[in-house]
Amino acid sequence: MKFKSKPAFVPYLLWIALFVIAPIGLVLYYSMLDLNGEFTLVNYKNFFTSAYLTMTLTSFWYAFIITFFTLLISYPTAYLLTKTKHKHLWLMLIIIPSWINLLLKTYAFIGIFGLYGPVNALMKIVGFDPTQILFTDFSFVFVAVYIFIPFMIIPIFNALDKMNPSLIYAARDLGASPLTTFRRVIFPLTIEGVKSGIQVTFIPALSLFMITRLIAGNKVITLGTAIEQQFLVAQNWGMGSTIAVFLILSMFAIMLFTRTKKKGGRV
Amino acid sequence: MKSLIQIMLTIVIVCGLLSFAASRLEAGSSAGGKGTLVVYNWGEYIDPALINQFEKETGIKVIYETYDSNEAMLTKIRQGGTSYDVVVPSEYTIETMIKEDLLIEINHSKISNLKNIDPFFLDLPFDPKNKYSIPYFWGTVGVVYNPNKIPEYLTFESWDDLWDPALKDKVFLVDGAREVIGMGLNSLGYSLNSRNDKELREAVEKLKQLNGNVKAIIGDEITPLMINNEATVAVTFSGQAADMMFENEELNYAVPSEGSNLWFDNMVIPKTSANVEGAHKFINFMLDAEVAAQNTDYVGYAIPNKAAWELLDDEVVNDERFYPREESRTNLEVYENLGLELLGKYNEYFLEFKMSLK
Repeated sequence: MKFKSKPAFVPYLLWIALFVIAPIGLVLYYSMLDLNGEFTLVNYKNFFTSAYLTMTLTSFWYAFIITFFTLLISYPTAYLLTKTKHKHLWLMLIIIPSWINLLLKTYAFIGIFGLYGPVNALMKIVGFDPTQILFTDFSFVFVAVYIFIPFMIIPIFNALDKMNPSLIYAARDLGASPLTTFRRVIFPLTIEGVKSGIQVTFIPALSLFMITRLIAGNKVITLGTAIEQQFLVAQNWGMGSTIAVFLILSMFAIMLFTRTKKKGGRV
Repeated sequence: MKSLIQIMLTIVIVCGLLSFAASRLEAGSSAGGKGTLVVYNWGEYIDPALINQFEKETGIKVIYETYDSNEAMLTKIRQGGTSYDVVVPSEYTIETMIKEDLLIEINHSKISNLKNIDPFFLDLPFDPKNKYSIPYFWGTVGVVYNPNKIPEYLTFESWDDLWDPALKDKVFLVDGAREVIGMGLNSLGYSLNSRNDKELREAVEKLKQLNGNVKAIIGDEITPLMINNEATVAVTFSGQAADMMFENEELNYAVPSEGSNLWFDNMVIPKTSANVEGAHKFINFMLDAEVAAQNTDYVGYAIPNKAAWELLDDEVVNDERFYPREESRTNLEVYENLGLELLGKYNEYFLEFKMSLK
């Protein structure tokens, strides 16, 4: 890259140095300190020998489930959106809830899923016994999917919207069934949107921590919960940073896995 | 390029103005001195009428500020730049503050009402001889439950009642490592300050058997859930239990007999105080029997002031759920500061317990 007008880059370089590189460097540095502030690798040893490894796996598992269901709901929604007359208005309506504070939405679900909340009232009318929906795996995944849906829809919608419709007509003219058209034409052409959608869902889902307590009652433990506890309660910044390092590594792996390939992106 | 510089300049100027305003505000809020007294207390933790009374009696103007966690308060005091004269931390925070040299020794000759305090609450391990702190309110950790919704034989006379199969999916626990691991230790008859790894291990294994019964491990959110009858059994602090019982009369509270935690909120004077004389006056004022009784009526927590007990309704003071008798208090323990390493271990075990829940 050539710096044509160097001064214009200064703010951005400063920004990257201060808010991207420095924090990661600090996390790495702290991860190598023990409780007495001495240089050590004991935190890493702890990570591999204690419950944290299982926790990493469960975090991945839940993030995977959440991403899967978010994608399952978002792709058809985005597809149908592009078919509507006022698609940008509809898209807007889907995005608006994401303007509301996350904590507020989460608290709202405590009421909605409560024993005397609207969901159970509905169940009663249909003839089911009221059950405690809150503090279950189901409620956790449901709320997380609800929160991530807008973030998944936007990139997929954009990819679908950019797609040239004549390609679909061509495929149909050449005798492809609707399923084949989707599998061979539409999906490959929108894969980039799906990948960005997965990135913005999977990565934050790995480190969810507030919903795990409010909606899952701390029965789902993610890496985010563990980091919060290490910093706020145990005051062990070293261990907290070590878990954060592994979180960063996981995110890096996801980015690699879903990266845009330079070649073969076009059909 | 020009507009870029303009934007950056604007940001710098706005930041400058904001920080100036903030520093002015801060100076205003903690402008301590001879004529004023800055009290820093938990929210809803004093009868406001008493502040007026104190101002009238002494001519000192009280500036009253509140916090919602020991940690937040501690951070503010540590940073300095404040001039809080009286603060009310919990015992484990007092221990930390003494260690970090943040407190002034209290001159007992100026606290004549100290004689009103029941001796049980004085000279405790976190502050021997009460050099730095004077008791304000106290309480326990126990079980708040709805007797109408569980079998009659469950009275939580013993922690083991929590393990009863009838409570499947009904038990809520407070989200605190010390509280939950402590409960496990207590149920086995061990000290909740145990430093013995074998005992801790045993406690965690026992806690894991709670699996089917634990519905959730949450914090303050438990209060509305209990009030609305969404939850049936919860392990929580007596103060929170008192709040719940005030709103929902069906509820009951019990401290299991094997032992539990005993907590204290004490008044202290930070090093940064600008009106040490006034702070002593305020502490002495709060210990006055009539003042303490009135404060208890308002706040609803248990007061350690035995002179005030005479003035309070018998119903309140004889309520053994909140004022356990001395003989049952022998099983109650105060949290000791275990040091970061052991605290880390408690947390790791707590995490292990949480992860075992399904």
